[in-house]
Amino acid sequence: MSTTPETPTPELPAAPPQPGGLSGWFADQVANVGGFTMARVAAIGDVAIFSLQTVGWLFARRQRRDVLLPALHQIGVMSLPVVALTGLFIGMVLAVQSYAQFKALGLQTRLGSVINLSLVRELGPVLAATMLAGRVGSSMAAELGTMRVTEQIDALECMGANPIYYLVVPRFIGCLLLIPALTIMADFMGVLGGYLYSHLILGIDYHHYWENSRAYVDAFDFLMGIFKSLFFGAAIALVSCHHGFHCGHGAEGVGKAATNAFVHSFVLILLLDLFLGIWLNNVHDFFRPEGPRRLL
Amino acid sequence: MNATARQPVARRDSAEPPLLEVAELSVQFGTQQVLRDITLDLPAGETLVVIGESGCGKTVLLKSLIGLVRPTRGEVRFEGKSLSGMRDRELAHLRTKYGFVFQGAALFDSMTIADNIAFPLREHTRIPAAEADAIVKSLLDEVGLPRSALAKKPVEVSGGMRKRAGLARALALDPLLILYDEPTTGLDPIMTDVVNELILKVRERPRVTSVVVTHDMNTARKVADRIIMLYPLFRLGPGDPQIVFAGTPEDLDRSRDPRVRQFVEGRAGSRLTELRDEQSLEEGR
Repeated sequence: MSTTPETPTPELPAAPPQPGGLSGWFADQVANVGGFTMARVAAIGDVAIFSLQTVGWLFARRQRRDVLLPALHQIGVMSLPVVALTGLFIGMVLAVQSYAQFKALGLQTRLGSVINLSLVRELGPVLAATMLAGRVGSSMAAELGTMRVTEQIDALECMGANPIYYLVVPRFIGCLLLIPALTIMADFMGVLGGYLYSHLILGIDYHHYWENSRAYVDAFDFLMGIFKSLFFGAAIALVSCHHGFHCGHGAEGVGKAATNAFVHSFVLILLLDLFLGIWLNNVHDFFRPEGPRRLL
Repeated sequence: MNATARQPVARRDSAEPPLLEVAELSVQFGTQQVLRDITLDLPAGETLVVIGESGCGKTVLLKSLIGLVRPTRGEVRFEGKSLSGMRDRELAHLRTKYGFVFQGAALFDSMTIADNIAFPLREHTRIPAAEADAIVKSLLDEVGLPRSALAKKPVEVSGGMRKRAGLARALALDPLLILYDEPTTGLDPIMTDVVNELILKVRERPRVTSVVVTHDMNTARKVADRIIMLYPLFRLGPGDPQIVFAGTPEDLDRSRDPRVRQFVEGRAGSRLTELRDEQSLEEGR
């Protein structure tokens, strides 16, 4: 299927005469709902086709080094500082918010378990994905949108080059391969931030902090976060590139593409997080029939 | 009505099959029809200029010729093969026989001028880097760009240089058909003539066929073997042909059709009042 946005529609027959009055109003509402539903279904189908084409080109031809490396640098290396910083602070904030509740129960030494479990299972992957969607996703949508508006994508097609292979696949690979690394960085900095605040400011004992963490956080929790992050990375790349490719006219179109890329990526990250979380908990229970570990 | 019979002037009688054939091409976006029953032949070696006011469908026609816009009805045939039935890979391969010069040059911002010009060579040939560099330099000379432009990014050079770099990129694979979309728009009169001269120079290449879409009558008269004029469909009746003129530049000057004369002489006529009335109608809805 062509990547061109300028696919004309079949010639439409003349609209039949519309009834007036209440029945006309009712018919309009039904038509509006129908039109809205059809547009949404068509949009989902469009993203699905775009995703399949991306996956197809991922295996069809090897990426050129001079195209792939800048994408990896932009997505991974340039995102590291901001992911590290936000990870550090979110770890500290967790310590601040959890401490009062745990102290009231006399369980403040268990703070390490709740901070680290929350981080590696949920906050690390979601935070890294959110930062990637904000920093890289919007930028990809704006960059590709500008290329669409200035006919650079058309130029690629006119030269017999596939725009999905050149523009989407390197970004998809970058997001897919590097989001686990960014998640590990967010996890590490969050764990470090949580520990530093708990130990240095709240005065929690080093031994108890780490002993409780070790007892309640295992490799599955860590791998669960990494596994989820792969889906987040793929979703960010596909949604953002799709918005860029189907960008509206002018500066307004590029702005909307960038905004929608972040908003839709973020919503999709949360949806995926929910469903993957449920599924992975079932997988965990399957391999650990003795049931979940109890923090309290 | 038979479109071919209705617009016979856009076809030429020749023993040799045309390089490009457009048969009853119609394009519609949503409820808006842009092209209707366009039929024309383009023999190898000819330079066809498409003129017409803004919004008449010139660029859509040009993009249809390379398969960037798919027709609602009708077809475009290149060397006898229909573009409509082609798979993406087949179409991509066919496009290596085309060169497309975009209105804004459409150079890749992230690459230097040299990399932009070399892009089609790297994509479609396996020639060594040194040979590709030599081709890039010879193309640069052909379009009159200084060697100092090679290492610059598109944003660092003037509009005229960008257009010439775009032309150099379009020539890189030695195309059979070159499509120019408003090649002189936004250029000063001297640079406009430089681009016109380049189009003429490119025409001297063996068997190069060109389609030039332009508003500029100087360009049209200077480079055209044949000119066609498109008219916006919303100004035409249901059975009227959209190609309102087809002929040589001399025929154009002799044409007495008021629509052709208005465009060629650049007269607003009652257009300002019409536009105001259309806007009032829109606001009243």
